[in-house]
Amino acid sequence: MRALLGDDAVYEAAAGEAFPEYNKTHLVSLELPDRSGDIIITTYGELDKNNYLDPRTAQVATVDHIKQTCTKLRPAMDEELPSAYIEDFRNSLDIELSKYVGEAYPKGVCAVYCTSGKDVEGPGADFGFAVVISAAKRSPQNFCNGSWRSVWTVDFSYELQYVDIKGKIQVGAHYFEEGNVQLDTNVDRKDSTIWQSAEDSAVSVTNIIRHHESEYFSSLEESYLNLSDATFKDLRRKLPVTRTLFPWHNTLAFSLTRDLAKELALGK
Amino acid sequence: MDAAMDLMRRMPPGSAETALNALLSLLPDNSLDLLSQVDLPLQVCMDKESMKEYILCEYNRDADSYRSPWSNKYEPPLEDGTVPSEAMRNLEIEANEVFSVYRDQYYEGGISSVYIWEDEDNGFIACFLIKKDGQGKRGYMQIGSWDAIHVIQVGPEEEGAAHYCLNSTVMLSLTTDKKHSGTFNLSGSIRRQMSMTLAVADGHLVNMGKMIEEMEGKLRNTLDQVYFGKTREMVCTLRPPPEVLNMRLPDS
Repeated sequence: MRALLGDDAVYEAAAGEAFPEYNKTHLVSLELPDRSGDIIITTYGELDKNNYLDPRTAQVATVDHIKQTCTKLRPAMDEELPSAYIEDFRNSLDIELSKYVGEAYPKGVCAVYCTSGKDVEGPGADFGFAVVISAAKRSPQNFCNGSWRSVWTVDFSYELQYVDIKGKIQVGAHYFEEGNVQLDTNVDRKDSTIWQSAEDSAVSVTNIIRHHESEYFSSLEESYLNLSDATFKDLRRKLPVTRTLFPWHNTLAFSLTRDLAKELALGK
Repeated sequence: MDAAMDLMRRMPPGSAETALNALLSLLPDNSLDLLSQVDLPLQVCMDKESMKEYILCEYNRDADSYRSPWSNKYEPPLEDGTVPSEAMRNLEIEANEVFSVYRDQYYEGGISSVYIWEDEDNGFIACFLIKKDGQGKRGYMQIGSWDAIHVIQVGPEEEGAAHYCLNSTVMLSLTTDKKHSGTFNLSGSIRRQMSMTLAVADGHLVNMGKMIEEMEGKLRNTLDQVYFGKTREMVCTLRPPPEVLNMRLPDS
């Protein structure tokens, strides 16, 4: 990119805009400087352009978007964190979710952010979380990259005693050895469960997420199975309708006879 | 130029046109190279005389007009547009007819066009184009497209044989969209080359046709087996299928 623009200032300015956007939409995860874990770059944890909250360790990391590294780390301030009551729900969900992500995604990371009602002190009000799961693999030496990203919003409604769950899963893969082929998929899912204690809610919400994600994974596998025999055939068949290679010789014979007929007609 | 091609290899194929336009404005001096090396989805025009569609490319363009292989006329009309010699035009007419039959047998629809013109040293160049869009009759695919470009350089005939050099590009995109499984899109492009020296006894068209048929079969197979397979492998690396996890559990 830098070589193309031929102007470092333009590159810096453009990269300064583009990288934070990319890091956030791709839910890029970065190792914390103290090696206590990874932080996911997402709008849910964004305090300002370069500072992101890691709710699990209650720390704020300063991020270099272009180098994709964390430069500084500080403990989060009280006003940046949810109340003890909310933290109980958040932490329980984080624990259950981490177990699931650890089992399902070898390279996966996850985080639970409070998105509304973070100062609620006790039962009687609504609050909400965002669950972010991100698994990425980059191996340019093998000419392939890929990512699995899912974001679930979990809204607790006190009045209805109900937990509303909505999710978006996006999967991308790119293979570019002597070519350029990309997979791009996404799906929206919806579900709900009843309001329970922090621990029980965490278990049922995680079960719902697990259920939808494994179902989606199976549907991806199914799409691949249909691909070569059905979907691809709609574009171009492996063999002609006649199930034999195209009779190039015969068409020549066909057009020769037609030419002959033409010449004969002319000769008359 | 290398950086530009490197970037084009990484862009989502769906945004190739936007990316190319951006590169053209950055590198006006390389515009000829860029236009010839970056392949974009093919455009189509209607021949008003025969009411048949034909495909536009660099090889049937003169100024801002494109020549139809059916009527041999330019659209928008061009007084002095270059046309192939009579011998080339006759081969072109025949190639277009035969290639439409070929296209229909493999693609069950779509549009094809063949353009042929003289090359230096008594050889010639033929460009075979196929474009297939739409839903497909089996209904598995919601939106799909396959654009194939085959350019064959045919050397002069020597002792009853000629040298054929084929450069082929296929660009494709297929999307399935179902309520439960969401949107699933695979898209991409690959380019391959093949050279052969063949006896001309059966005619150039038979030789070129067989080469294209073999090449298209290979490209389709490579996309299907290798390229789609690799993206599937990647998905399974990110989230291993349940069978793999179950196999791993007893060990741990």
